[in-house]
Amino acid sequence: MTAKLTILIVEPDKTRADAIIDSLIATGDHHIRVLSESTGLARSVAELNPDLVLVDVANPSRDAIDALTLASSPLERPVAMFVDRSDDGLTKAAIEAGVSAYVVDGMHPDRIKPVLDAAIARFHMFSRMRSELEASKRALEERKIIDRAKGILMRARNMSEDEAYALIRKTAMSQNKKIADVAQALVTASELLS
Amino acid sequence: MRTLPLSVGFMPLVDAAPLIIARELGFAEEEGLALNLQSAPSWSTLRDRLILGQIEAAHMLSPVPVAMALGLGGLPTQLDALSVLSVNGNVIGVSNALADEIAAHDPMPDFLDAQAAGKALAALNKPLRIGVPFPFSMHAELLHYWLSASGLNVAKSLDLRTIPPLLMADAIAVGEVDAFCVGEPWGSITVEQGGGTLLLPGAAIWQFAPEKVLAVRRDWAASEDDLTGRLMRAVWKAGRWLGREDKRATASEILSWPEYLGVSTEITERALTGNLLINARGKSRTVPRMMEFFDGAATFPWKSQGAWIGARMAARFGLDRAQSAAKAAAVFRSDLYRRHLGPLGADLPAASEKLEGALGSPTTAATDSGTLILGPDRFFDDQVFDPRHPEC
Repeated sequence: MTAKLTILIVEPDKTRADAIIDSLIATGDHHIRVLSESTGLARSVAELNPDLVLVDVANPSRDAIDALTLASSPLERPVAMFVDRSDDGLTKAAIEAGVSAYVVDGMHPDRIKPVLDAAIARFHMFSRMRSELEASKRALEERKIIDRAKGILMRARNMSEDEAYALIRKTAMSQNKKIADVAQALVTASELLS
Repeated sequence: MRTLPLSVGFMPLVDAAPLIIARELGFAEEEGLALNLQSAPSWSTLRDRLILGQIEAAHMLSPVPVAMALGLGGLPTQLDALSVLSVNGNVIGVSNALADEIAAHDPMPDFLDAQAAGKALAALNKPLRIGVPFPFSMHAELLHYWLSASGLNVAKSLDLRTIPPLLMADAIAVGEVDAFCVGEPWGSITVEQGGGTLLLPGAAIWQFAPEKVLAVRRDWAASEDDLTGRLMRAVWKAGRWLGREDKRATASEILSWPEYLGVSTEITERALTGNLLINARGKSRTVPRMMEFFDGAATFPWKSQGAWIGARMAARFGLDRAQSAAKAAAVFRSDLYRRHLGPLGADLPAASEKLEGALGSPTTAATDSGTLILGPDRFFDDQVFDPRHPEC
């Protein structure tokens, strides 16, 4: 039996960190530690001596991890790490998914691959969730604008709500624009005129 | 005219201005480019996006492409510097505790006096933990150069720590570092947050330090000659615009927009004008050549600048100095600069390398078509770097 992998996850958001842990546990029995704070990062890495460090590419603290790939100062315990060079495809897939992985020099790629695959899948899910959240937020904002535009038409032209919406929709179609854009133009114009 | 899309990454710093201005004021469009500017969360992520082809070009710390050429850090890929985006622009600050310690010995050194400030720090005779944004940066090189020339035993007493500028004020507040060297607006923001006192501008250590470069993959520059030329011209024109004093207010305004720096114009204009507030009590100082985008052939990628960075880095990481200097010089593409910007009327020095640190005052130099004013480019300790003898 091979020794357990020690994995450090740098992630300030607890929910996300837990989700990453869940996905990694499924690949085997590992020692997993989460670091939520960026202060003292180098010290924590030196103490834990992980085989693998996972950090969100959007995390500004990634530069501090990256610096650990170099020989550190003589005052500290050297931490020799490097960006995984064994498989460019895997590194690329990871970065594109939004996770950067630092692997201790000499670690066999076969041992890291399943873990990294799981992390990549998880980060893909994060980014999908973020896109969905943004899309639904935008939809909500658009609906609010359309409601305001309908209100303006209902007052100004004494229309019913359905008639107001039909007019906005017809205008959008004839001008080849989005309904929300026509509504926004109406709201802006009305603000300027009032 | 149909424009060609080009993705370019940047860090939200004042010296990303040439790229931002190229996009916002139509210099890119004039060259048939639609610049898609993407803000990056960290230098390593910006570098990796460039290497992996997610972006075509980047606003980059000048030592990063050199580090890649020397095989230090990151995925093995060759990056090139097409031009220099900005000269100078860093500030060094100390925690309030360290400022008190310095002041307890002697009066606080003058803000532009690198010799006095260096001596004051060396005289404390204790290890210094200094935060820098990235291990391969002009910040790290200048600190090393300055403190070792000031008599500090850097191998033993200088502990450079990589800390994202965003977190620098916190790191100072909790005592994780004693001092920091950052690019604007972060020095000013740290002062505003009461986290420290500015001690010295980077320009006081080296009067003409190539700070950021326009970086691309070497293979991309080779296969996309037309796009390379368009990008270089657009950015060069933006730099020329930024070099004009009467444009600073407009530049500060555009930089402050949320998609770029998202800080007040009052902060962005400090670096552009060189009028810095150096402590929370509101003491202000004017720094000559605080950040230079155009004058003195600022955008010309001198091979000797690359060689200096390569030689310094080799000394720090235990590599061969002459070999490293030669590899680093090759990264600074003065050949492409001449070919793509010459027809536009850019000042082209007669030579592509010079003695670094030899000019004490603005000096007339020969160009292909006449003369141009170079310098000053003096180091604080009056050393001169000869790119032909990088081992000295």
